[in-house]
Order: sequence, then structure tokens, then C-alpha cells
Amino acid sequence: MADGPPIEVRGLLKRYGEIVAVDDVDLTVNPGDVFGYLGPNGAGKTTSLRMMLGLIRPTSGTVRLFGRDPQLSVSALQGVAGFVEAPSFYPYLNGRTNLELCAALDGDGAADRIEEVLELVELRDRAKDKVKGYSHGMRQRLGIAAALLRRPRLLLLDEPATGLDPAGMRDMRRLIRDLADQGITVLLSSHLMVEVEELCNRVAIVREGHIAYEGLLSDLQSQAGVSFRLRTTDDDRARQVCAAEPEIEVVGDDPDGGLLFKAPSEDAVAALSQALAESGTPVVELTPQRATLEDLFFQLTEGEASTSVPTPEPNMIESAA
Amino acid sequence: MPGVLTVYRWELRKLRSQKRTYLGLGAAVVVPLIFVTALITGGGQPNDVAFGRYVNETGLAVPLVLLLFGSIWLFPLITALVAGDIVASEDRNATLKMILTRSVERQQVFAGKALATATYAAIAIALTGAVALIAGILASGFNPITSLSGTRVSASRGLGLVGASLLVYMLPILSIASIGLLFSTVFRNSGAAIVGTLMFSLLLQLVSILPGLGGLHPYLLSTQFDAWQGLLRTPVDWAPIVRSIWVCSLYSIPSLAIAATVFLRRDVAES
Repeated sequence: MADGPPIEVRGLLKRYGEIVAVDDVDLTVNPGDVFGYLGPNGAGKTTSLRMMLGLIRPTSGTVRLFGRDPQLSVSALQGVAGFVEAPSFYPYLNGRTNLELCAALDGDGAADRIEEVLELVELRDRAKDKVKGYSHGMRQRLGIAAALLRRPRLLLLDEPATGLDPAGMRDMRRLIRDLADQGITVLLSSHLMVEVEELCNRVAIVREGHIAYEGLLSDLQSQAGVSFRLRTTDDDRARQVCAAEPEIEVVGDDPDGGLLFKAPSEDAVAALSQALAESGTPVVELTPQRATLEDLFFQLTEGEASTSVPTPEPNMIESAA
Repeated sequence: MPGVLTVYRWELRKLRSQKRTYLGLGAAVVVPLIFVTALITGGGQPNDVAFGRYVNETGLAVPLVLLLFGSIWLFPLITALVAGDIVASEDRNATLKMILTRSVERQQVFAGKALATATYAAIAIALTGAVALIAGILASGFNPITSLSGTRVSASRGLGLVGASLLVYMLPILSIASIGLLFSTVFRNSGAAIVGTLMFSLLLQLVSILPGLGGLHPYLLSTQFDAWQGLLRTPVDWAPIVRSIWVCSLYSIPSLAIAATVFLRRDVAES
């Protein structure tokens, strides 16, 4: 049935007049991925998801879901479910009736799964209440339930934990993890680093409509490399020694004192250590500083990706000038 | 696989759960009751409209008089209440993204909504007709009616003619519904669509009374609200009914075609 990867996006562009919301996005989500689609608000994540679900037309470029084009027919959404922005329901109908409506429009025996999905998202006791009385978290869970009615192989979730309290966020992440463990491919749009670090194996970081990075989360963390914090008895002298070492790049001052530098290898760090000793500059502290995903996110979405992340790889895409 | 019929059933289900539906249908029931109550308590009759002078003679005249009165704003408003809301409410509740990512095509969703709107309008007209008929018969009896040609028509044949008149009356009502659906799709705002539909209807009424525009009358939607009177002549005058069919089509088909095109091509994004 599947003729291609769960999601394959090529050259996707969406323009609203002069505004380019999504700019030449290429993206591939492979089977089994829990793919984090990261970016600040207004970066074009939701617009991308809407195009993936066939809700809006791309200005140019293509989207394929399991090899099928969602712009041509809703049959391309077979095995695909999810929601963009907050899931929405008819407020004057109760939760169960909303699901019955979804199931009727899905066909394929979806109505038989209503009890099961209500149980899964723990809404069975409130299923007879009108949705207008639901909390934000309950609506999010009902959104997941409506998605699961379709027995999806691919879930697209847009900020599913946004607006939830800490317990709700924990439960939502656990639910997503459980679904991923069942083999469902997940595209998770988010701006929450913790969520992505906890759940995702691959990420794309989007900045002003561009993909600034796409690849394994672990690769991104290793590409960011390790910076080092150096404290000596004479930091001015240490700075001169660092400048004399060809492989050492001083990247700034540590707010707590000392220097921050980057080095391509442990040998380079060892050479620097020796040079400092030979120059009569005793080392007080030399410690590696691993960048968090949040650091990388800000570097890629606010700074210059090519300068902030030390070893750009082929899947590191230059940010827009 | 789900299709138009599935959407249609669920649109009716949604209409059954909305207050505006009951507001419209309630008006369709209450107005004839008020009219008949006024007839009983006031003892007068509206002599200046067709069949007005017979309302105290036979209950069959009551629904016909209400068709005349209702064409100005009552039935356009009742129709617009749902037609102007049926797409715009999806925008208000942000639910289009939900139904358009299931297993039904956009054209099926649109067709289901159009059919549900037509069904609601038909029910409203039928309700008014039935309530007016029953209340009128209780008040004035089930007696023969005098046609517009001055001939007496038996009560049973008169009953059939009232039913047929309601059917012919549906033609301009469906045009109003189509225009309401168009406004609902284009404006994406229930209030604007409902008011716009009503204003459009009133504007045509205004044009019909303006001097010097008599040549436009046969092609105005407002004129088609009187086409049923052809049935109440002896012999039946089919000309206004046939004209009503094609004139109403000229309003309905382009409205539906534009609405469908907009609906099929639009980007579904929160405003």
C-alpha cells in the first residue's frame, strides 16, 4: 500500500503576497521516526503542516504522504491523521458525538473504535459532556482520540502539549511515546525543546520558513560539538596563547570568569594545555561545555548557523542571509 | 466509503443541535399561529392581498396569505439563518480542518451542506404551510376556496393546490438559500452572510417597487415569490411557474457554482 516514505516534501513554498511563510522546504520523514519539527512561533511550521494535510495549497513544491499527493485527493490521507494548531470540535455536540461524526466521515470501521480511543485518552467519563465545557487539555486528548480513530500509520501533531499543565504535558508525551512504540510514525511540531529531546530521534529546525537543519538529533548534538571553559591565573595571557594555537578558536568570555573556546579535537586541547604550561600560565579549570538542544535551537534560529555550530555537515543548511 | 449522503446526514444532525435551527423553525410555526390568533380575536381580514378576503371563509386561504406576507422578509430571514451559517460556522469553530482531513472530498462536504440547507428551507416552508393550514381550518373551516379567476374550487382540490403552491414557492426560497450559502462561503462570517442575504432579498423587493424599472420585474427574484398564484387560476397559468423555474435557476446555479469553487479552492487556515 505504501509507495514512499511517510512524508516526503520537496521545494515546498508558500507565499502570501510579499510574505514568504514557507521557503523551499525539503523534508523526509522515514517509517518509525518520531520527527521533531522545531521552530519559533511564526517560523512556518503550522503552514507546512497544513500543506502536508492538504488544507492549503503550496505556491510551489510537492508533498507526498506514503507517495501520494494530498492536494489531489483525501485518499492520500489514508493512514494519516493529526491536527494543526489546537484540535477543534463542534462545541454544541458532546465528545462522543464529535467522535461519531469523525468516524462517520472516516468510514472503514472507525465507529467501532470509539470506545477504545476514549478509553486510551481517558475521556470515557466525560464523553457525554458537550465539548464547549471541555478544558484545553481535554480537547487536546479528544484531538488525539479523533486522530486514532483512523488507525494511522502517520500522525502529524502540531504543538500537542501547548497550553497543558505539567501533568497534562507529561501524560501527552507518554501517550505519544506509547504510540511511537506501537510503530506509528510521528511528526511532532513543537517549540518545546524538552519535548523534542525526550521524544524525537530526528529533527528539522525551521527558521523564517527555511529548514536550518534536518537530521538525527544525536548528530545535531554532536555537530554542535563541545566548547571548553578555560580559567587560568592570567586570562589575558591565556587569550594570547589561545590565539597562537592554530586550531583553537576563542568564542567568548564566560560570564562566570575565564574564556570559552572551541577545538576540533582532544589533541588540539592537549596542545593548548601544554602551550599554557610552557608559557607559565597555570590552568585553574579546563572543562568541556556541551551545548543543549536549546542552545542549538537559538543558534540556528536566531544566530548565524554556519558560525555558531562548529562543524557544518551536508544536512546543515545555510540560514537565509 | 463515506460520501455526500454521510455528510448530509451529519449536517442535519448538526442542525438539530443548534439553537438557530429552532429559532428559524420556531418562527415558521409561531408566525402562522399569531396570524390566525389575530384573525380570531380581531375579526378583520387583510383585504388588500390576494385571498385575504377569504381567510374567514376557509382555512385554505390562510397559508396562501402567509406566503404573500412571508416573501418580504420572513422566509428569506428564516432561510438565511441556516444558509448564511452553514459554512461560516465551520470557520467560527475552526472545524473545517477537522472534517477536511477525514475521508470525504471537499466537493462531497459542500454538496452535503447544500442539501442540508435545502432540506431545512423545505421543512420551514412545509411547517409554516402545515401550521397555517391546520390553524386556519380550525378557525375558519375546511371549505371551498375562490380562485383568482373567481371560480369556486372544492376544498379537497384546494388542499392540493395549497400543497403545490408551497412547492412552487420553494423555487425562490432555494435561490435565497443558494445566495446565503454563497455569502457564507465567501464572507466566512455568519452575521455578515445572514445580514447580506436578507439585504439582498430586501434590495430586490425595493427594486420591484421603484418606478421606471418595470421591465426588470419578471427577472427579479422577488417576483418569483408570486409565481404560485398561477396555480390558483382557472385554467392554471403555467407561464409564471415556468419563468420562475428558469429565473430562479439563474440566481441559484451561478451562486452555487461560485460558492463551490471558492470552497474547493480555498486555503483552510485560521484567520
